[in-house]
Amino acid sequence: MLKAEKRKTLLLLIPIVLILVGYVLYPSLETLLESFKKSGSLTLQNYIDFFGPKAQSNLEALWNSVYISLLSVLFSALIGVPLAYIFTRYHFPGRSFFSGIAIMPIVLPSLVGVMAFMWLYGEVGLIPNMIKDIFNLEEVPFSIGGITGILIVHAYTMYPYFYMTVSSALNNVDPSLEESAASLGSGRFGVFWKVTFPLLTPALVAASLLVFMVSMASFSAPFLLAGGFRVLSLQIYFSKINGNLEMAATQSVILSIISISFLLFMRWFQNRKDYRMGTKGIGAHRSEVSNPFLKWLMVTLGVMAMIILLLPHAVLAILSFVPEGSWTWETYPTAFNFENYRLLFEDPTIWDPVRNSLFMAFVACLGCFLFGMITSYALVKRKFIGKNLLDILVMIPWALPATVVGMNLILAFNKGTPFSFGQVLVGTYWILPLAYFVRFIPLVVRSTSAVLEQLDDSIEEAAQSLGAKWLYTFRRVVLPMIMPGVLSGTLLAFVQAVGEFPTSVLLYTLDNRPISIEIMNQLRLFNLGQAAAFGMIQVGLIAIVMIISYKFFGVKSENTL
Amino acid sequence: MSSVTLSNITKRFGDFTAVENLDLVIKEGEFFTFLGPSGCGKTTTLRMIAGFYYPTEGKVKFNEKDMTTVSPENRNTGMVFQNYALFPHMTVFENVAFGLKVRKKKKVEIKKRVEDVLEKVRLKPFIDRQVSQLSGGQQQRVALARALVIEPDILLLDEPLSNLDARLRDEMRNEILRLQREYGITTIYVTHDQVEALTMSDRIAVFNVGNCQQIGTPTEIYNHPVNDFVAEFIGETNLLDVRWRKEKEAFYSEDLNSSIVVTPSGSEVEDAPLKMSIRPEAIEVSGSELSGPNVYVGKVHLVQFTGEAVHSFIALHDRNMFIKVTDLNKGPSTYLKENDEVYVQFPPSQIRIVPKAAKE
Ligand SMILES: Nc1ncnc2c1ncn2[C@@H]1O[C@H](COP(=O)(O)OP(=O)(O)OP(=O)(O)O)[C@@H](O)[C@H]1O
Ligand SMILES: [Mg+2]
Repeated sequence: MLKAEKRKTLLLLIPIVLILVGYVLYPSLETLLESFKKSGSLTLQNYIDFFGPKAQSNLEALWNSVYISLLSVLFSALIGVPLAYIFTRYHFPGRSFFSGIAIMPIVLPSLVGVMAFMWLYGEVGLIPNMIKDIFNLEEVPFSIGGITGILIVHAYTMYPYFYMTVSSALNNVDPSLEESAASLGSGRFGVFWKVTFPLLTPALVAASLLVFMVSMASFSAPFLLAGGFRVLSLQIYFSKINGNLEMAATQSVILSIISISFLLFMRWFQNRKDYRMGTKGIGAHRSEVSNPFLKWLMVTLGVMAMIILLLPHAVLAILSFVPEGSWTWETYPTAFNFENYRLLFEDPTIWDPVRNSLFMAFVACLGCFLFGMITSYALVKRKFIGKNLLDILVMIPWALPATVVGMNLILAFNKGTPFSFGQVLVGTYWILPLAYFVRFIPLVVRSTSAVLEQLDDSIEEAAQSLGAKWLYTFRRVVLPMIMPGVLSGTLLAFVQAVGEFPTSVLLYTLDNRPISIEIMNQLRLFNLGQAAAFGMIQVGLIAIVMIISYKFFGVKSENTL
Repeated sequence: MSSVTLSNITKRFGDFTAVENLDLVIKEGEFFTFLGPSGCGKTTTLRMIAGFYYPTEGKVKFNEKDMTTVSPENRNTGMVFQNYALFPHMTVFENVAFGLKVRKKKKVEIKKRVEDVLEKVRLKPFIDRQVSQLSGGQQQRVALARALVIEPDILLLDEPLSNLDARLRDEMRNEILRLQREYGITTIYVTHDQVEALTMSDRIAVFNVGNCQQIGTPTEIYNHPVNDFVAEFIGETNLLDVRWRKEKEAFYSEDLNSSIVVTPSGSEVEDAPLKMSIRPEAIEVSGSELSGPNVYVGKVHLVQFTGEAVHSFIALHDRNMFIKVTDLNKGPSTYLKENDEVYVQFPPSQIRIVPKAAKE
């Protein structure tokens, strides 16, 4: 159209493209290249090894990953969908309280969640042992581990995806649709099956895809629970630890291909015209549960579910008061005090990881904040060729499993490159903030874009026709309006960066080891109390950030998925 | 204050031509309206004047200054958007002051000017309200005040009243007119409401799919439409195909199977397809026989009562056609009865012969 506009767009795009190419595209390509290398020459040997009979373990891991992911989708749906239906459609005492509890699993970072599960239900877990003692059994009656352990943890941590997407979809279903079906003579079940369910399909598909992707990428659960069981994300880590970077690259490529096809499929699915209607903001009205027996049954079930849901949090809190060396061979901890928290402030080796995590998360989020804001503005409000491609490029770090992001960065920056100003980044402090930054760009872009899309173009035009230059308009008009979106995305990124484990474990050094790594170290030293205290710090930080973003920016946790 | 000259403007989006070969001069201080059906390029033209689009071909001039590719912030135009486009995170004061702040005016001056203009649009008491707490009509006046306060050379309004209910719309029409006269500002107004256009404008440009069909004062446009599109678009009319018969020196209508007497009878372009237009309120209807030219017999098919007027549809005898007749409401005794036989007359002085508009 006009030169000045084009110039502005170009000026915006140059840094965006540079960063995306440098830290997303180039590392991915390095990994791709590495996967075709074998002792210095280009070959398909790695892929032959992957699929061939020589390395059965890889194929097995791939199959296990897929199979675990499918089951995770199933179990998460089985928990999340009925819960969402009950909470949005029925009214019973304590409903809103229970529905708030239902999303509590999301405040547990994955590593901490898995750890809490181990303490609760593992071989030496508190619950099995308690049952054993109460009923005077010879053996613990059950314990989780291996594939069932992974599945249980996945179901626990991932059902909120179903719960939240389906709840918001149900809230958007006009209840009069169901009522009209009922008045046309359809039974309750018929109504659900013929009317409600089809309207929910988009939400169900979206949640399924999401859970599938997340569990394909899941690292912490297999890492702590798998035993001899192989999954692909873990195989990458082992290959890397064993120094077989070429195989790690090959495994990363395979996992990337799966994840990126899912990303593309999801984009296609969401852009498809669905048959959601222009609802006029009618909240679903809830039926009162009138049968007193049913009512109290529901409340009892709710209380029980609440206990199960909060046990991990509780055990974490309790164990964090167990001082070092006081719980070794006994079944139950005996001593409780504030030692672990005191050490935080007194022992620099204990405090350092916290400081590292906070600082690195802060730096990464500052980057995400600026970059995400500009990128999302360019994507939503500017016209240029190749926008779709850029959009996909931005979302790739979100689709890629964290392990793969870590591998990509290792393979890209284990030598000097123009993007690292000729420095080798691997093994330095800055590789981890960079990894966090790359990983959480999409979060900020997504939440900012959601707000920007609501922003009418004519608002900017109005400012312009009143004589404001572009920068002034952006600063005084656009920015204040999109700030809630940018900030909520950034806060979420911060939360996740503080809890981030997979990239940390691949890239940490002695100087920058974050909380998650220190948790792992403390676990190795059987110092569970300190590990739990670190976990509590993460949970506390996450809770604070979520409350802030809800209170001050009105961000609902479900919008942050 | 400026005059606006559009010379030979064409605007294409890809291969789609939204505006074609537009030539237009808007005089200083004039209230000028773009009128036309949806999608005919009114907004596009307005946005070219505001600077949001640049014409593919042609020139935009303010006074004699070429503004074709000047960016919007340097044009000093005040624009009121259809959805108002108020800044939702600012108060009324901040919204109105925005343009002045951009112009780096002094605090005291800004305060004074904002208060003055809010006084004019009768919003002074709301000065510290958040704009989201205002009613539609009030928001609209904030938008107007925001555009006026910068003392723009040209005021641009894109269907500013289309979101309002009928009463408020009436009120706002007068308000806009009052302010326009008070400031004496060159104003370009976009609408597809013909009543709005006819009542407010000094002059009107009637658009159809990218082309300007006619420019003229409201009375010219209504009484002397240049073609059948304009005749039909502005107000109600009865349109009939007619032909100029050289041998008889008269117009002839195939549909009526008779010659038509028209005064003054100018011999029009012979070959071009022609139409005759007669407004429903100009047709004479009577139960008893009428004398004079252009009299036909028919039967009342349908009577519609709209309040101030009564519309009757009359089927002409032996012809496969209806004509529409409008009378002011003068009480039930004067209404035609359905199925009554009536005489209708097209008074020769009321008939307009117009060429058919070029079809796309
Ligand atoms: N940015 C654009 N890109 C492509 N086509 C456009 C664009 N803007 C407008 N058009 C097309 O140009 C034509 C004229 O549009 P315009 O908005 O000027 O119509 P309008 O007369 O204002 O209609 P309305 O009364 O509905 O507002 C339309 O067919 C529209 O689809
Ligand atoms: Mg328009």
